Amino acid sequence: MLTSADLDTLFLTFKVASLATFLMLLLGTPLAWWLARTHSSWKGLINAVVSLPLVLPPTVLGFYLLVLMGPSGVIGEFTNRLGLGTLPFTFAGLVVASVLYSMPFVVQPLQAAFTSIGEQSLEAAATLRASPLDTFFSVVVPLAKPGFLTATILGFTHTVGEFGVVLMIGGNIPDKTRVVSVQIYNHVEALEYNEAHWLAGCLLAFSFAVLLALYTVLKIQPVTHPLK
Amino acid sequence: MTQPITARFQLNYSDFILDVNLQLPGSGITVLFGHSGSGKTTLLRCIAGLQQAPQGFLEINGNVWQDSEINLFLPTHKRALGYVFQEANLFPHLTVAGNLQFGLKRIAKKPDAIDLQHILELLGIEHLLKRMPDRLSGGERQRVAIARALALNPEILLMDEPLASLDFKRKQEILPFLSRLHQTLNIPVLYVTHSQQEVAQLADTLVILEGGKALASGPLSEMLSRLDVPLAQERDASAVWPVILIEHETDYHLTRVAFDGGTLSLPKIDAALGTSLRVQIYARDVSIALEAPQATSILNVLPATITGLTDDRGGQSVVRLQVGTQSLLAHITRKSVLLLNLQIGTAVYVQIKGTSILN
Repeated sequence: MLTSADLDTLFLTFKVASLATFLMLLLGTPLAWWLARTHSSWKGLINAVVSLPLVLPPTVLGFYLLVLMGPSGVIGEFTNRLGLGTLPFTFAGLVVASVLYSMPFVVQPLQAAFTSIGEQSLEAAATLRASPLDTFFSVVVPLAKPGFLTATILGFTHTVGEFGVVLMIGGNIPDKTRVVSVQIYNHVEALEYNEAHWLAGCLLAFSFAVLLALYTVLKIQPVTHPLK
Repeated sequence: MTQPITARFQLNYSDFILDVNLQLPGSGITVLFGHSGSGKTTLLRCIAGLQQAPQGFLEINGNVWQDSEINLFLPTHKRALGYVFQEANLFPHLTVAGNLQFGLKRIAKKPDAIDLQHILELLGIEHLLKRMPDRLSGGERQRVAIARALALNPEILLMDEPLASLDFKRKQEILPFLSRLHQTLNIPVLYVTHSQQEVAQLADTLVILEGGKALASGPLSEMLSRLDVPLAQERDASAVWPVILIEHETDYHLTRVAFDGGTLSLPKIDAALGTSLRVQIYARDVSIALEAPQATSILNVLPATITGLTDDRGGQSVVRLQVGTQSLLAHITRKSVLLLNLQIGTAVYVQIKGTSILN
């Protein structure tokens, strides 16, 4: 059975993933829109930076974040001066790391969806008196709905599954940073295979249910890895 | 509305230059005619504000939409225009009604329900309101797109080759609607096309564009018969006369129509007496005689005066004639011109072998 500690990690995981997904959509949408529309020479650089977590080992990303957000890191000094303390080994730090880690899984489907909309629909909206912002919400968002759905699900599930970054930046603090993937690792380390089975099974069932809903109920095209 | 349109644009891309300075009438259909690459679509997009010419001045119905001198450039969504794209460009996530509502929701001065109903009837789309765009034929889609633009009660209607993506049958389905629009709309329409057929059928005013410049512009009849404009030289050169139906000769399956200066016999037309029509007379169907032919099978023989002559390569000449107040073109051989000693001012008779009715 799931112990109450296991339930706590499940709850914490969903809290981190929900909050991170919300933030990623908030930040990723304008970023993806800019990447889809711009002819700026910065586009390649920004694309590369956003996509970096796709190819970087999570421990490497986690290591740099730990250094940067630590007391002597650039970000750490900044948050310290703001009176926020340092972010590593806190819930907030975990969310920030998750946002950076999973961002490409949100930005890339959105960018692809925005690119496929094409200039004509936007021009049609402009000739029908819709301002650019109005056009975004009344034309782009409805047309890019599959992209938003894919981005949300990929961003959320990818955050749920993160392990390497969490270990580096968040550690293993109950109720603060101990997420499901870390808890499964703890169980296995302690040779508690039964408990590990329960948690792993929960994640497997959850992931499968999400994908099943995606492909059958919502009839979304299979999600390939965004880079492929 | 009678205020003329002023449109001046200068735009310089590495491979394309647009440089026009036009005064266009504030009513009727003005056709921007030219081959691909002539700049006609770019000109229309500049007028819509979809493209910004660095140097430009645009005044529509007394409102200045662009004046680069004072850095004024009204974005497209603030211009009181209707735009019909080559592809209908309907929003795929909205029904026909939703597409029509899209613009209506965003304008302050809503049209009367009656006006809206009138537009739906005019374009024959009342029965399509609940459909999604992907359940419409190409012709239906384009009619919805036209209705969507007109519903906003715009000050100008811009149409960018609205028939180009349709096959012949669909074109024939829409052209009558456009002709009808022509008679009921009191706003100016700028219509881009490379089809001479659409020019003949729809244009009141014609602007001929070539290489980003306006080669000539003026009333249709004048433009069609101007010998210094390439249209008169082309194989399909023609004159277009406005006529009124005056008599049906049922025994002969003929219809008589009157123009300013005489009458013509045409194959039977299914329309009521008094109907206004356009007759197209191809230059290749017109021959010239010095005296009234006594015995001829050709019904339409009219007195005319030669007002222009050109030599053409290949032994052909284009002759411009005046019949009543109308201009007419004839393509005849250079040899005939010399044998008959045709000169400007010569009084002749024209025999018209064939005509076609345009609407």
